[in-house]
Amino acid sequence: MSGRRRLSASSGGARASALKARAFVFAALGDATRLSVLARLSAGEPQSISRLTLGTDLTRQAVTKHLRVLEGAGVVRSVRSGRENLFALEPRRIDEVRDYLDEVSRQWDDALARLRAHVEE
Amino acid sequence: MTDRIEKTIELKAPVSRVWRALTDHREFGSWFRVRLEGPFVPGQVSRGQITYPGYEQYRWEAVVQKMEPERLFSFTWHPHAKDQSHDYSGEEPTLVEFTLEKTATGTLLRVVESGFDRIPAKRRDEALRMNDTGWGMQMQNIEQHVRQAAA
Repeated sequence: MSGRRRLSASSGGARASALKARAFVFAALGDATRLSVLARLSAGEPQSISRLTLGTDLTRQAVTKHLRVLEGAGVVRSVRSGRENLFALEPRRIDEVRDYLDEVSRQWDDALARLRAHVEE
Repeated sequence: MTDRIEKTIELKAPVSRVWRALTDHREFGSWFRVRLEGPFVPGQVSRGQITYPGYEQYRWEAVVQKMEPERLFSFTWHPHAKDQSHDYSGEEPTLVEFTLEKTATGTLLRVVESGFDRIPAKRRDEALRMNDTGWGMQMQNIEQHVRQAAA
C-alpha cells in the first residue's frame, strides 16, 4: 500500500514539496482563531482585514498575522481591490489535503482486508 | 476530515495470531506486501522492498517504536517518501500504531496513523507553532464551511 500514496507526484522534488505543502495546510488549520477567520471567508466573498476584524476580540495585527499564515499555506489568497487588500478563500488546497487523507484511508482498508484474509484463513 | 486516520477491525482470530501477523516480519510482509530485510526491533530501522504489484521499485523504511506483546505495535515512517535520491531524514514521519484487544470472538484491532500535521522543523515559524488545539472537530467544521461555500 505504501507505494500507492505517491501516485500523483511526478518527481522526488514535487513529492517532497507536495508533502510540505500538505503539512503546512494541516498546521495552518490547526488553530481555532485561524479557522474562525477561514469560516468568515467561507461565504466566498473577498473581505478586508477591517471587516474580518469587526465583531471579534482580535486586534487587526492578530488577524493580519493569521491571514499571512493561511496565505502561506495556500488556503487564502489576497486580492487587490483599489487601494484595499482583500482576502479570499482558496478551497482547492483544502480539497487536495482531504483527497490525500481519503486515499491513505482507502489504502489502510485494503491492507487490513489482506490482514484479515491472512489471519482468518 | 481529521489529521489522523483511524481504523478498527474485528478479526476472527486470537490475539496471539494477530500479534504474530503484525510483528513477525515475514508475516507482516506477506499481507502488507513488502519484503523486509530483517525482524522488527524497537528503536531500529526496518528496511525492505515493496512487493505490491506495480510498485516494486519502492523502498520500505520505518523505525520501530514500541512492541508491547499482544497489545501494541508501532512504527514511524515516511509513507510518501520513497524517492531514493531524496534525503527525507529532515522531514517528520507519521506514526502508525496497532492496538490489539481480546474480544469474545477474536481480536479487535485498531490502527491509527497520525502526524500528518507535522512540518519540517526548519520551516516552522512562530505562527505555526500555535498549532496546539485539538482540531479534528475543527477540520470537520471547515470542511462543512468549504462545502457550503462551494454549493
